[in-house]
Amino acid sequence: MALLSKKDTALLTDPLADNNPITIQVLGICSALAITAELKASIVMAVSVMAVLAIGNVVISLLRNVIPSKIRIIVQLIVVAALVIIVDLVLKAFAYELSKTLSVFVGLIITNCIIMGRFEAFALGNKPWRSFLDGIGNAAGYGLILIIVGFFRELLGSGTLLGFKVLGDPIEKTGLYAIGYENNGFMLLSPMALIVVGILIWIQRSRNNSLIEEN
Amino acid sequence: MSKRTDSNSYTVIFAVIMVLIVGSLLAFFASSLKPNIDENKRIEKQQNILYAMGINENNESSANFVSTNKAGADFKKYIKKQIVIQGDKITEDENAYLIDVKKQQAFAKDGKDRKLPLFIGEKDGVTFYVAPILGKGLWDAIWGYVSLDENMVVQGAYFDHKGETPGLGANIKERFFMDDFIGEHLMSDTGVFKGVTVAKGNNDPKNEDKTDYEVDAIAGATITGDGVSAMMKSDLKLYVPYFNSLKK
Repeated sequence: MALLSKKDTALLTDPLADNNPITIQVLGICSALAITAELKASIVMAVSVMAVLAIGNVVISLLRNVIPSKIRIIVQLIVVAALVIIVDLVLKAFAYELSKTLSVFVGLIITNCIIMGRFEAFALGNKPWRSFLDGIGNAAGYGLILIIVGFFRELLGSGTLLGFKVLGDPIEKTGLYAIGYENNGFMLLSPMALIVVGILIWIQRSRNNSLIEEN
Repeated sequence: MSKRTDSNSYTVIFAVIMVLIVGSLLAFFASSLKPNIDENKRIEKQQNILYAMGINENNESSANFVSTNKAGADFKKYIKKQIVIQGDKITEDENAYLIDVKKQQAFAKDGKDRKLPLFIGEKDGVTFYVAPILGKGLWDAIWGYVSLDENMVVQGAYFDHKGETPGLGANIKERFFMDDFIGEHLMSDTGVFKGVTVAKGNNDPKNEDKTDYEVDAIAGATITGDGVSAMMKSDLKLYVPYFNSLKK
């Protein structure tokens, strides 16, 4: 038996495109707007969410038959908060440098609606292995959008990528700046992230008409 | 159809057990890891102070501290004296760097004399005076260490934050921002304390004018920048009497 059946593979690949958490399910928009001013922050967030969502999905899935339905949202919230806080404490104790980089994201991860959304929509009704794959797949789809948005915002807003000055130096007027190009400071602000995400949704739907809802 | 898990008593019992388990798990982790975390924080303070003095392992663009296992020895080697200023009293205290600035700020608010720690270091025959500062950013606390010469000209600065927005306010701990402070004057020629303002209209992107009491702001990080300006002013101003007394 193959490790991944056809259905399992779909769990991993669907969220990358036709069932993308951000552009189709509209989950995780807030953090996609907040932290994509730089490519590096986007990547860190994508990786962190992948770890938390995959593990969280498994935990919720294991508990799915014992969680009382009346308080399931609270239980989900506590599971994810406890997980993230424990990881944060362990990092602070043994990998302090890394934890400094991640600490800002802790709050953003706990409140990220993609996590609650996938717990609620998938992990509560599926077995652990499938929930794990769903977590990885959705986090990858989420991360993909984050990285695309971060790429354009950093490139057009600061003229850099991962901190490297790819378009030249805006102060010394070298590279593109020598011929009068200027960074667009508006790209650094959240409204432009919304517009970039909007453009992505537009492109995706114009290429795949089945995604357009009927009125 | 009602399931076993729908009953009220099950829900209450589940909630109680879950809270007990999660609570004790968190308490266990928090208390058993506390010594390690405190030690890391202590070393970080030493690294911060050394960084502000220019003792670091910076490469071309990124800020890097001296390594954690070297920090303790370097701190002993370069920091010659740690003093605590309280009113007119000046005392030496070799653990002054552990003083909680937040607590001291609260004391000052209540009208009590706060302790002002100052770390006096020496590198290549030059004396540095490093002072801690603490303020508010957009989301949470921001703090830093500023090293000054005896005329209160900034020799180096290190800023950090608890939860500023990544890519925007969080950039106060990047070289391009911190390095702008080097060489800035805090006092006017006539001896009036001016501080350094993080200004949008600085019009000096290369930061050549060191006596304008301004550095370039970060686009999209206005409130964090204002927080840096505020703590540069309010906290460093308290040291003016000490620096005046050095000249006598």
